[in-house]
Amino acid sequence: MKILVPVKRVIDYNVKARVRADGSGVDLANVKMSMNPFDEIAVEEAIRLKEKGAASEVIAVSIGVKQAAETLRTALAMGADRAILVVAADDVHQDIEPLAVAKILKAVIDEEQPKLVIAGKQAIDNDMNATGQMLAALLGWGQAAFASKIEIEGEAAKVTREVDGGLQTIEVRLPAIVTADLRLNEPRYASLPNIMKAKKKPLEEKTAADYGVDTAPRLEIVTTREPEGRKAGIKVGSVDELVGKLKEAGVL
Amino acid sequence: MPTPTRESMDYDVVIVGGGPSGLSAAIRLKQVDPDLQVVVLEKGSEIGAHILSGAVLDPSGLDRLIPDWREKGAPVTTEVVDDNFFILGPAGQVRVPNWPMPPLMNNHGNYIVSMGNVCRWLAEQAEELGVEIFPGMAASQIVWEGDRVKGVVAGEMGLEADGTPGPMYEPGMELHGKYVFIAEGVRGSLAKEIIAKLDLSRGHEPQKFGLGMKEIWEVAPEKFHKGRVVHTMGWPLGKNAGGGSFIYHLENNQVLVGFVVHLNYANPYLYPYMEFQRFKHHPMVAELLEGGKRVAYGARAISEGGWQSIPELSFDGGVLLGCSAGLVNVPRIKGNHNAMLSGIAAAEAAAEAIAAGREGDRLEAYDAAVRTGAIAKDLKRVRNVKPIWSKLGLYPSLMLGGFDMWVANLTGWNPLGTWKHGKTDAQATGKAADFQPIDYPRPDGKLSFDRLTNVAFSFTNHEESQPCHLKLRDASVPIAVNLPVYAEPAQRYCPAGVYEVLEGPEGPKFQINFQNCVHCKTCDIKDPSQNIDWTTPQGGDGPNYPNM
Repeated sequence: MKILVPVKRVIDYNVKARVRADGSGVDLANVKMSMNPFDEIAVEEAIRLKEKGAASEVIAVSIGVKQAAETLRTALAMGADRAILVVAADDVHQDIEPLAVAKILKAVIDEEQPKLVIAGKQAIDNDMNATGQMLAALLGWGQAAFASKIEIEGEAAKVTREVDGGLQTIEVRLPAIVTADLRLNEPRYASLPNIMKAKKKPLEEKTAADYGVDTAPRLEIVTTREPEGRKAGIKVGSVDELVGKLKEAGVL
Repeated sequence: MPTPTRESMDYDVVIVGGGPSGLSAAIRLKQVDPDLQVVVLEKGSEIGAHILSGAVLDPSGLDRLIPDWREKGAPVTTEVVDDNFFILGPAGQVRVPNWPMPPLMNNHGNYIVSMGNVCRWLAEQAEELGVEIFPGMAASQIVWEGDRVKGVVAGEMGLEADGTPGPMYEPGMELHGKYVFIAEGVRGSLAKEIIAKLDLSRGHEPQKFGLGMKEIWEVAPEKFHKGRVVHTMGWPLGKNAGGGSFIYHLENNQVLVGFVVHLNYANPYLYPYMEFQRFKHHPMVAELLEGGKRVAYGARAISEGGWQSIPELSFDGGVLLGCSAGLVNVPRIKGNHNAMLSGIAAAEAAAEAIAAGREGDRLEAYDAAVRTGAIAKDLKRVRNVKPIWSKLGLYPSLMLGGFDMWVANLTGWNPLGTWKHGKTDAQATGKAADFQPIDYPRPDGKLSFDRLTNVAFSFTNHEESQPCHLKLRDASVPIAVNLPVYAEPAQRYCPAGVYEVLEGPEGPKFQINFQNCVHCKTCDIKDPSQNIDWTTPQGGDGPNYPNM
């Protein structure tokens, strides 16, 4: 069984995002970028399934600028077998929208025929939480979003999902799309020997045009603003004063 | 704990540190012989993540390394057009005209750059030549073979807080080299070990240091003057410490504001970070920054010992490059050009030795090249400025140091001979009883910021469940010695708020918040008891500087 894992290159979670002066989005020039953390969890899960013998090959795919090759190298160093880079933008500030990503992924899946796709539940940059679901719709496959546990049982996957109020376990027939939630696993480090070996693993480079997908944006960003700064606090002298202030603020 | 088994890998040259000297060496090695196997290890999460420099770049190193750097798109585009030097008082300033300055102080033909971005670009050039670069991989140990440096251990990850391997443990690997280049920058942990073990400082003056702190500001477009350079001395440090500021107008309305405090200050109550914050309220600076926004913060120690303090640079199996050797020109406030030149010289010496079938011996040709070539010419004639400043204070040093530099410039001979530095910066720290605490104004949150708020703008992060990388030789010293005698200056000299003395029911307790560390190495330098060893945390940890 082949597993396909889409990975996205996003602003590193340690970096404090800063809005560009013209309000067109977050400044990414010379900013540290890394693999979307949910995608790292997805890669880890795919590798663990392979290590358990449930999968034969793990393919990582990234769609975006050519620098996403570094993100794919990380996936390869973690243990993916090969990678496909689909170059769809030359400006790091151009985000490829979920529908276009889903269409390209569908085209890749048509060629590769994986039985399982594990994706991150959302990217931490645009927080869309849409690609996995759109891909399932385009393929007509079953989907199990927000997975915190995956077990492969024959031709089906038993997936535990984090839902409001608890955990829900569902079974989806393969092929299927699963999106990874935070508690699915803790991803391993890409070790130095494995990073060295990853340099020799195959990384195929394609373009969006190779798949005939139009990546022109359908959404228009009207404006991007930073959150309001926190106002300075005050010290209160007594409980009564605190209650008074809270009443004043209309919260009591 | 038993030594873990590690894979090992053999290279021609192993370079520790992806800064200007290490990357220049890597590039030159491949230029001389494309078949050489060259690896660069960088502890930052990416190349540039731990680079912090002013910087006004003297392009002499770049010119030698990549003569067509302009065509190749180096991020070196903002030529200095306007060079100003002010002596500040609390409310005003006096401009020192440019004419009495020795020609070497002239910034004509130099460029305002983000050295982080220059290093990112150098790394691209190196990779195109086939250099293997591994960011996020800290070289944490030397592999010794007797007194020969055979290689380093890099990429050990996943240790628990108590030092035992955790579930995600990766032992890392040994990288062996015919030659190992130590290019960690100022006060690197491996350089410190090598210098001590092989006694490389014998016969040389002790190294001296400064602490440089820097913020990147986005200012109102009408206040931005691309290519403007401003340096100041005087207020707010006054007689408390040597040092000064820089203000560089880079590009895109970004102004680089920095402040350097010489670490040989005596008053243990001095709080370098707060001096920097206070400095920004000077009317001349406040006027520039008002309405602007601070977008990044960081700090890094600088080597200031100069010519007298350069240790032996070669040892069996390797060499010290750049600021591992301490090649900053203090009055010019520049070291990047010498760092690059040192990398080039070491690469040429190593390539020649390897071609002759040598390995693991001393590259004396490199040592000689540094001590007789362009670096020597740059550093020798300014060698008295720093010691005169330390001993006589700011104004006499401007006069006497200037005189010494002028004569050296005209005749190639320093009339004052070679002054000694004397004490180390740690020894220069005075006792709390002999000094008064300094009352610093509270940061206003607009021009000045409290330390922890600013540290968030270094984007630093350390995996919490790992051993603390700031090692105390004796855990009792901070409270038993440093607190009563020196009012534990670690609370103040650390520009990232790593060290705290907490009052508790059982008396004061010393706390190390290593997650805040920005890898500046000041604690390793300034602790009066020399009780702190800065070691490398897990690779990829530490600041994530954007365009510092």
